[in-house]
Amino acid sequence: MKSFIPLEAVQIERNFCDVAPAFSRAQAKVEADRCLYCYDAPCTRACPTHIDVPAFIKKISSDNVVGSARVIFDANPIGATCARVCPTSALCEGACVENTLLHKPIDIGRLQRFATDYAIDSRRPMFFSGEPNGKSVAIIGAGPAGYSCAVYLKRLGYAVTIYDRRELAGGLDTYGMAEYKMTQKVSVEETNLARGIGVEFRLGTEVTPELLVQLELDNDAIFLAVGLGQTTKLGVEGENAPGVFDALQWIEQVKTREWTGIPVGRTVAVIGAGNTAVDAATQAKRLGAERVVMVYRRGEAEMPAYDYEYELAKSDAVEFRWKSAPVGIVTDANGAVRSLKCVETLPTVPDEKGRVAYGMVEGSEFEIPCDMVIKALGQSKMTAFLSGIAGLQLDGSGRVKVDEGTMATGNPKYFAGGDCVNGGREAVDAAQMGKLGAMGIHQFISGEIVEFAGARLPFVEKLPHEIELPVPTPIAHPEASAAELGVKSYAAQG
Amino acid sequence: MADLTSNLAGISSPNPFWLASAPPTNMGSMIERAFDAGWGGAVWKTIGEPIRNVCSRLSSIDGSSTQRMIGLNNIELISDRPTEVNLREMAQCKRKYPKHALIASLMVESNREAWHDIVKRVEDTGADGVELNFGCPHGMSERGMGSAMGQVPEYAEMVTGWVKEACSLPVIVKLTPNVTSIIAPGRAAVRGGADALSLINTINSITGVDLDTLIPNSNVNGKAAHGGYCGPAVKPIALNMVSELARDEFTQVPISGIGGIKDWRDAVEFLLLGSTNVQVCTQVMHYGYRIVEDMIDGLNNYLDEKGFASVNDIVGLSVPRVTNWSDLDLNYHTVASINHDKCIQCNLCHIACEDGAHQCIPLVQIGDKRFPVVDETECVGCNLCSLVCPVPDCITMVSLEDRGAPMTWHEFTNGDALVQATTEDHGGISNGHAITSAPVGTPSEVVHGSAS
Repeated sequence: MKSFIPLEAVQIERNFCDVAPAFSRAQAKVEADRCLYCYDAPCTRACPTHIDVPAFIKKISSDNVVGSARVIFDANPIGATCARVCPTSALCEGACVENTLLHKPIDIGRLQRFATDYAIDSRRPMFFSGEPNGKSVAIIGAGPAGYSCAVYLKRLGYAVTIYDRRELAGGLDTYGMAEYKMTQKVSVEETNLARGIGVEFRLGTEVTPELLVQLELDNDAIFLAVGLGQTTKLGVEGENAPGVFDALQWIEQVKTREWTGIPVGRTVAVIGAGNTAVDAATQAKRLGAERVVMVYRRGEAEMPAYDYEYELAKSDAVEFRWKSAPVGIVTDANGAVRSLKCVETLPTVPDEKGRVAYGMVEGSEFEIPCDMVIKALGQSKMTAFLSGIAGLQLDGSGRVKVDEGTMATGNPKYFAGGDCVNGGREAVDAAQMGKLGAMGIHQFISGEIVEFAGARLPFVEKLPHEIELPVPTPIAHPEASAAELGVKSYAAQG
Repeated sequence: MADLTSNLAGISSPNPFWLASAPPTNMGSMIERAFDAGWGGAVWKTIGEPIRNVCSRLSSIDGSSTQRMIGLNNIELISDRPTEVNLREMAQCKRKYPKHALIASLMVESNREAWHDIVKRVEDTGADGVELNFGCPHGMSERGMGSAMGQVPEYAEMVTGWVKEACSLPVIVKLTPNVTSIIAPGRAAVRGGADALSLINTINSITGVDLDTLIPNSNVNGKAAHGGYCGPAVKPIALNMVSELARDEFTQVPISGIGGIKDWRDAVEFLLLGSTNVQVCTQVMHYGYRIVEDMIDGLNNYLDEKGFASVNDIVGLSVPRVTNWSDLDLNYHTVASINHDKCIQCNLCHIACEDGAHQCIPLVQIGDKRFPVVDETECVGCNLCSLVCPVPDCITMVSLEDRGAPMTWHEFTNGDALVQATTEDHGGISNGHAITSAPVGTPSEVVHGSAS
């Protein structure tokens, strides 16, 4: 593909400025004052890490911004990342009672950003490491799940080392987020909070089977947070042409902000309609692509991306070809992409689960002229690596099977969380799994049950018809009888 | 359009909205702009022996980031302009605005001749009346003036008497709220011959401390002194004091209500509780003279809507509704009623009742939502839930039908309890009504019991 530079770097910089700019102090105060300070608040319930949202907002109101940030990081070690990339309209802000009262929810994400930015910029400690307990845990993967697990374990006094094959910590927080939502700097500075309390990072380190054996020998437990693998293959002719890109790999190049070196076509076809597909499409547009066409096998209503992502794509003038399946990539004599060959699809009769498949319509072939194709088809599982671990059980889709309360796997020494367990969800979900994993690991090693902020829904009073919450099953420990297992609560300082 | 013409003890004004004696009435040009904006009257910033002010002077507290300055504190003293300049401008202003009320606020040393002299000079300007500043609580009070007068009923009576000896104009006495009971100085002023009372002046206050410098507000080269507090925050205190004087049979002179009036609604409340007109300051310091437009407009619309032909028709209408606690109906009972169609599940009513009241609003799972539900058998009708509820008309207090016949504390105890209580507790005055008409002062001269 012949790279072309349609925009001045200055213009691209402007295109990639914050999609949701930071609040000024005055804006934050006004917004914080709007919060009703609900009791047993729906935002806190909706947050996968159950951050005490009214508490952190109240602290912004009272000018206790450091305290506010600690409330956030206490329940979610990637609070600064989540402030920018969480689908808040589907989570906390979607649950805000102000949706019903004023039809304008509190801007929780931006308030969270205000508090966490302040904390990071002011270099105030957000975590405190526990008294060393002589135990060690290896964590594989420095993404949100692994990082979160590391922070909580360090707070409990463990020696924690995170291994990651990349040069920077943060996983997809660092390498996979749309640049206009979050820069690498944010994620890297956030992970530095853990360095500050002594979490060790071994970056640029591929965990080979040999190294894994060594880690098993050297550590009391291992937390697997390996995420997912390569983008799924399309399996059509022309897929290996130089103008065809894997969405995540391409976004990684955008993250370098070296604008002139990022390949972008004049007309870009994006295959897929998930959130990553939108990220790729909008960024291609912002880099100067004249046309960006998203191609999706199903209909508009079935688009997996969040509504606000769809709106963003539309406002960036991205075009959509619904009910179209790619069947080939046409290249010229030099191998450059000329077009994406598609066929129209039609929904079938719903199966017993109500799911509609889309079948190709014979003879409906058409071509979308383009000089670049970005595949955003979802990622494959790390099956090869995972299946090498004895006792680890994978489900039918290659996801690691865990106990939902403790994140324990089939191998007693291994715990797991994040995308490798849930198949690929939000960073905030991964952060919660890291927290639960740390609690599970601690219980496995010490026999003690601890509960970190937001580990479970903060029910304060029991209601007659309240559904009983699952209490983590105590794991038998050789040195502790069941009677000795007490629950210890861990407050903001750990 | 209702008739807004107002008359306070013979001083008429096109509407009941006056500017209080304060920074917005510092000089003739300001007052002329205020009259042009629609103000019905103005009390000139207190004239007296020229003083020297300090810097800085004002500090405030905020309600929230969008509700600035709900309370304002001032340590500025009376006018720092020469008396002759003030009086000359006053004469010019009055000539230019003959139909508006122009009042001279006065404060001079406690000396008969000084008061006689200043009053005469004011009369020469053509002003409509004088207001004796017995309320300023900072600075001037340390020199035996301002609230130092208002806090000693004998002084208030004596100086009012001196002024009345020399003054042919209506005399308004402005009272300080920095007293145990407003009744005693109010009665003293009336005994001295006051034609009207105005209240409240500002309340002693320190608005806060700078947490970095540790210097209280407002910082005058490292130190601070208490100032006079005003603004919307003080309205409830003012309303109570106005109503106390309106109810007292020995202070039956017109009242000019002052204290935290920010809009026509506040003004109507002052009128209903016995004020003939109102005086405004802080809201003008915040937003300018222009605010009077909505005060006039809102008052007019209210009177029209309620069918009152004149603003004077509502003066004091709520006074009979103010009573002593012991005359309240013990059998009146309301309970909270929560409209679940409007409820947004913020649960503020639940936690307020749980931790701040009577634990009678549990959260109950109804369908897929958790709603606050009132346990009517436990609800004491305190109102707290309805006060914290952010949704208009979501929580209402409903009167219970099956209650007993009305019964007061007096009736409940056959009158014994109160008599016993007041006899045993020497200082126990149920309200200002227990004070005899004269003389006032030492506790031995206070007669207990209810006079009303």
